[in-house]
Amino acid sequence: MTTVAEPVARRVEQVMGMPISLALRGRHATGPDADAAWQAALAELRWVDEVFSTWRPDSQVSRLGRGEIAVDDCHPTVAEVLRLGDHARVASEGAFDVVRTGADGVRRLDPSGVVKGWAVDRAVRPLLALADTDVCLSAGGDMVCHVADPHGEAWVIGIEDPLAPTRLVARVPLHRGAVATSGSAHRGAHVVDARTGAAADALASVTVIGADLTSVDIDATTALALGKDGPAWLRSRLRTGVVVWADGRAETVA
Amino acid sequence: MKRIVLWVLSTLSTLVVLFGYHTSTSSTMATATGSETAITGSVQASGAGTTSSGSAPPSDTGSASSSSSSGSSSSSSGSSGSTTTVTGAAAQTRYGPVQVQLEVSGSTITNVSVLQYPNSDGRDIQINQYALPQLIQQTLDQQDGSVSMISGATYTSTGYSQSLQSALDQAGL
Repeated sequence: MTTVAEPVARRVEQVMGMPISLALRGRHATGPDADAAWQAALAELRWVDEVFSTWRPDSQVSRLGRGEIAVDDCHPTVAEVLRLGDHARVASEGAFDVVRTGADGVRRLDPSGVVKGWAVDRAVRPLLALADTDVCLSAGGDMVCHVADPHGEAWVIGIEDPLAPTRLVARVPLHRGAVATSGSAHRGAHVVDARTGAAADALASVTVIGADLTSVDIDATTALALGKDGPAWLRSRLRTGVVVWADGRAETVA
Repeated sequence: MKRIVLWVLSTLSTLVVLFGYHTSTSSTMATATGSETAITGSVQASGAGTTSSGSAPPSDTGSASSSSSSGSSSSSSGSSGSTTTVTGAAAQTRYGPVQVQLEVSGSTITNVSVLQYPNSDGRDIQINQYALPQLIQQTLDQQDGSVSMISGATYTSTGYSQSLQSALDQAGL
C-alpha cells in the first residue's frame, strides 16, 4: 500500500458506439509494442462491430435477423456467439435470450448481451502478449484486467453508483479477471426480462467479477433481468459481485 | 440447484468451522482464529444503507468467536494497520477440499482467496476466488486516486463526458 504506484499510460478511442479505455502499466506501457497491440485490439473490436452490430443494417447479424442469410452463411463466430446465448438462455430459464419480442410484438435477434464481453475477451489478447506489462481494457464500463506479476499491484476497479454516477458504491482489487456491470444508468432501462418483455427494474445495477468477461457480462445482464431473484441466482452460481437495488441499497454477493 | 445451494451452505459453515477450528500446535491457525474478529468487524463496518451477504449466522459466529478466544490477543496486535495473510486449514466437504486465505488490514478483509475448492462438477462450480468488493460511499474526489478503472452501466459516447471514467482518463491516473 505504501509502495510508489507505477505510472499508468492511458488510451481512449470510440468504437462500437462506446468508449474503449486502456490502461497499461509496466515495461510496455508506452512505446511501439504498446501502440501496435492497442491498434490490434481496436481492429478486432471494429471487425466484431461490422459483423455483429444490430445498428448496422448491413452487418451479418442484421441480415441474419431479417432472414436474408442463414447462420451457415455467416462468419463461424456468429454461430459461436449464438451458442453462448443459448447456454445463457438455458442457465437463466429464459430470462436471458438473444431473441426477444419487442413492444411491437415482433421477435428480433439481438446478441448484443453476449457480444460485448466476448469481443473484449478477444480484443485483449494482443495486449496480454505484452511482456511484463499490466493491462486493463474497458469497453464502456466492462473490463478485462491482467497483472503480469501475480504478486504485483492489483488493478482497483471502482463500481459506479447507478443512482448517482459521480459516486462509487464499491471498490474491487483485481489481479487477473473480468468485471462487468449491467444497469439502467446512462441509457435508461435497456434490459428486459426476456420471459415477459417487461423492463427489469427491481435492481439498479449488477456487477459480477470472474475469470472471463464473456460469462460475467452475461451473468450480470441475466441477474439484472431476473430482478429481485437476481442476487439469489448469482449465489447459486457461486458468483462474486455487487448488487445495487432500485432504492440504492448496495449488497455484496459472494 | 438444490445441490449447489446445499454446497454453498456447507461451504459457509465450513468457513465458520475453519475460523473456529482449534489447534494446539499451529501458529498460523492462531493467527487465523484471531482474524475471525476482523471478519465480524468487516461485516458490521459495511454499515449504513448497505448490507453484506455471506456472513455466518449469528449463532455460528458466536460459537466461533467463543472457541477462538485464545486467538484474540494476536487479533489486537494485528489490527494496527498492517496487512496480514492468514491461511485456513483445508477442510473436507462432501464435494472435496476447501481452503481459504484471507488478507486482513486492520479490521478489514482486503482479499479472500480460495486456495482449494471442489471442482468435481466442472465448470458449473465456480467458487469465489476473487476479492470481495469493498462497499464504500464516496465520490471520486474524496478518494485517494487509487481507482484504476470504473465499471458501470454501459456508457454511451454522449454520456461519457459525465462519467467517472472520463475523469480518470483526464487525470491520467
